[in-house]
Amino acid sequence: MNKIALSEPLSETPLLEMRGISKSFPGVKALNDVNIALFPGMVTALIGENGAGKSTLVKILTGIYQSDEGEIHVDGEPVAFANAQDAIDFGVTAIHQETVLFDELSVAENIFLGHAPKTRLGFVNWKAVNARALALLHSLESNIDPRTRLKDLSIAQRHLVAIARALSVDARIVIMDEPTAALSRKEVDDLFQIVKRLKAQGKAVLFISHKFDEVYEIADHYAVFRDGKAVGSGVLAGVGQDEIVKLMVGRSIEHAFPKVEIPLGETVLSVDNYSHPTEFRHISFALKKGEIFGIYGLVGAGRSEICQSLFGVTRPSSGSLKLNGKELVIHSPADAIKAGIVYVPEERGRHGAVLQLPIYQNISLPSLTRTSRSGFLRAAEEFALARKYAERFDLRAAALSIPVGNLSGGNQQKVVIGKWLATHPKILILDEPTKGIDIGSKAAVHAFISELAGEGLSIIMVSSELPEILGMSDRVLVMREGLSAGVYERDHLSAETLVRAATGNA
Amino acid sequence: MIKQLFKFREMLLVVIIAMLLAVFSARSPGFAKPGNLANIFNDTSILIILALGQMTVILTKSIDLSVAANVAFTGMAIGMLNAAYPAMPLALIILIALGTGAVLGAINGLFVWKLNIPSIVVTLGTLTIYRGMAFVLSGGAWVNAHQMTAPFLQTPRQLFFGLPLLGWTAIVIVAIMYVVMSRTFLGRAIYASGGNPTAAVYAGIDVGRTRFYAFVISGTLAGLCGYLWVSRYAVAYVDIAAGFELDTVAACVIGGISTLGGIGSVAGAVLGSLFLGVIKNALPVINISPFSQMAISGSVIIAAVIFNARQERRRGRIILRDRGASEQIEVTA
Repeated sequence: MNKIALSEPLSETPLLEMRGISKSFPGVKALNDVNIALFPGMVTALIGENGAGKSTLVKILTGIYQSDEGEIHVDGEPVAFANAQDAIDFGVTAIHQETVLFDELSVAENIFLGHAPKTRLGFVNWKAVNARALALLHSLESNIDPRTRLKDLSIAQRHLVAIARALSVDARIVIMDEPTAALSRKEVDDLFQIVKRLKAQGKAVLFISHKFDEVYEIADHYAVFRDGKAVGSGVLAGVGQDEIVKLMVGRSIEHAFPKVEIPLGETVLSVDNYSHPTEFRHISFALKKGEIFGIYGLVGAGRSEICQSLFGVTRPSSGSLKLNGKELVIHSPADAIKAGIVYVPEERGRHGAVLQLPIYQNISLPSLTRTSRSGFLRAAEEFALARKYAERFDLRAAALSIPVGNLSGGNQQKVVIGKWLATHPKILILDEPTKGIDIGSKAAVHAFISELAGEGLSIIMVSSELPEILGMSDRVLVMREGLSAGVYERDHLSAETLVRAATGNA
Repeated sequence: MIKQLFKFREMLLVVIIAMLLAVFSARSPGFAKPGNLANIFNDTSILIILALGQMTVILTKSIDLSVAANVAFTGMAIGMLNAAYPAMPLALIILIALGTGAVLGAINGLFVWKLNIPSIVVTLGTLTIYRGMAFVLSGGAWVNAHQMTAPFLQTPRQLFFGLPLLGWTAIVIVAIMYVVMSRTFLGRAIYASGGNPTAAVYAGIDVGRTRFYAFVISGTLAGLCGYLWVSRYAVAYVDIAAGFELDTVAACVIGGISTLGGIGSVAGAVLGSLFLGVIKNALPVINISPFSQMAISGSVIIAAVIFNARQERRRGRIILRDRGASEQIEVTA
């Protein structure tokens, strides 16, 4: 693979170096033998798809996770970050996408929370707190009053406070995790001024972003991650966008997708100009019988939000729906279920199952109107329904009366999917259907999705995993920042096209 | 497996109650005689009924602190009604009690449902309001035994097979609540709404409406207890059942009903109430002061909470959850 020697252009000793870092979660190897080096006065851009392992790396760097294998060196000395405080003590600090600050506290309190200067008697020295906060903010060329409450600041100003907080602990290594996600162009420019100042002060910056223009504007080095591996790194100058995109998506082993070509039927659901006050705008598409319709985009692009409004969890502000040519208004999930639209949410634990309730009651939960008579439940019907879907999915459980919370993740998944299919849906919305499950189970899920489409179900599949989208979808809607970035036919699908559309590098 | 744990927990309560009875009857022969046991049960009936209402609300991740105030207001209202219109049939009076209680419960439920105010705040407010209303209604005056009619006072005392009608009422309510909780759509919705509100919404259940119904159930049962209380103690005044809402919560907690919602059973609420009832009736028999009683009840409540929390932690593993997050939780715990 394209592994440019790490040491090649980089003469200095790295401020921080990670060597051979691996980290596994049950069923997933999040990081596999990763190397990365950060140099003083340099900005390193960390680039990769969703799920490439960037967040895991950040969590290891900030001491929230501990790696299974590998070493971290600071100034050439091996160190261990047993917890977040250790990382701070070694000068590593992270500024997150959504800044972790306290709305009701003042700017100065936010900056010095946990390490406020004290008086001789051990009380907080408010004078010093405010004065030092003012000095820090001045060094960032900001004139925010340190006594302002945080809730009165704009998002960009909050970022500035987060940066000031990072600097207040003498950070030498600053991690910025998609800091520009919520910023306007002007605010991004301001942020970059600050980053340049940090560079000038000799700090090492790890800059995580999906936006190539920003990466090229600010970064000196790059590191590309894919599927938990560092697949390329080096000096950014002279490396073209195409190369980076290829590194991001290039896959040596194409996982065989059991995509079955099904002649598509007539339009089942047409979504016309759907908009939501804050999450998405002007979304239109038509779903055909037997179709697998992919929705691709970066996390936070509004994919799940569209599905939630189709399912009645949230209400769109404008736009209309037609089911089989007839106008349809959905006020609640109960309406959607009645109309034959069901949604298998991404967070199965939080949205999917009631863990305390037994398997059979979970499976029957959305179908209770069908299995009950005048308000009274009929346990026999519920058990029959549950048994049918348990058999279909080869659910491994001692009994259908045990609580779902006692099942393994894979089996919980089966219960959740079973419960939705038990409602006899016409349209199935799957949000990240294979997130967090191992390769073997993924193939089984994909085969099953194809089978359902073959039975005439229309499927909307939201996914961040390119191979899944490419392998399974008949058509793909790409979302970027709440807007449609185009609908692509299967014949025109390629990894590059989708990534470009999703990141705005068309 | 949890079901078995539950059975285990409920069995444990049965065993503890049996042991208490054994110990007490060793100290005071006659304590465990059927007649006295029937007495204890009869004496605990009101707590059982109120605890069942409280359980319904707690299961939906809410709490009803206004039950005792509801008892006081309804009790006062029908006590005065009986005194003013002695000819009014008892059935109508009970119906009015149920209706009044239901309306007070519905008021709580509406605030929780429509305005999305936390139930602890709503019912803390209505707790004061309902008792204040009882004062306004009566002007602070008492309704005494001689003002009430004989059927009003005597009906709950009629013996059937050695147990007063009051006790039988509790048994009937237990049976009804058992059917509601385990055999009806509403019961299932109550468990689902408290167990995982988000998943319940996604399954097409209206969580807010379900909570509303839970409060109506709790209020209706409190209304019934308004009558039962006034007739049992043959007096109605503003401060009846003061603080009794805490007994109902205690009975639920001892009975294994999770204050986080979604976990608990009718049997648990009944056993929790009986436990408190046995303690309350037994301690005076063996000459333990009421203050020690309070300390003992309090200790038992804390012990029950610790026991339940440990049980829930042992099984409360969400496998799909981000492992890092759960690791952190374990670290901080």
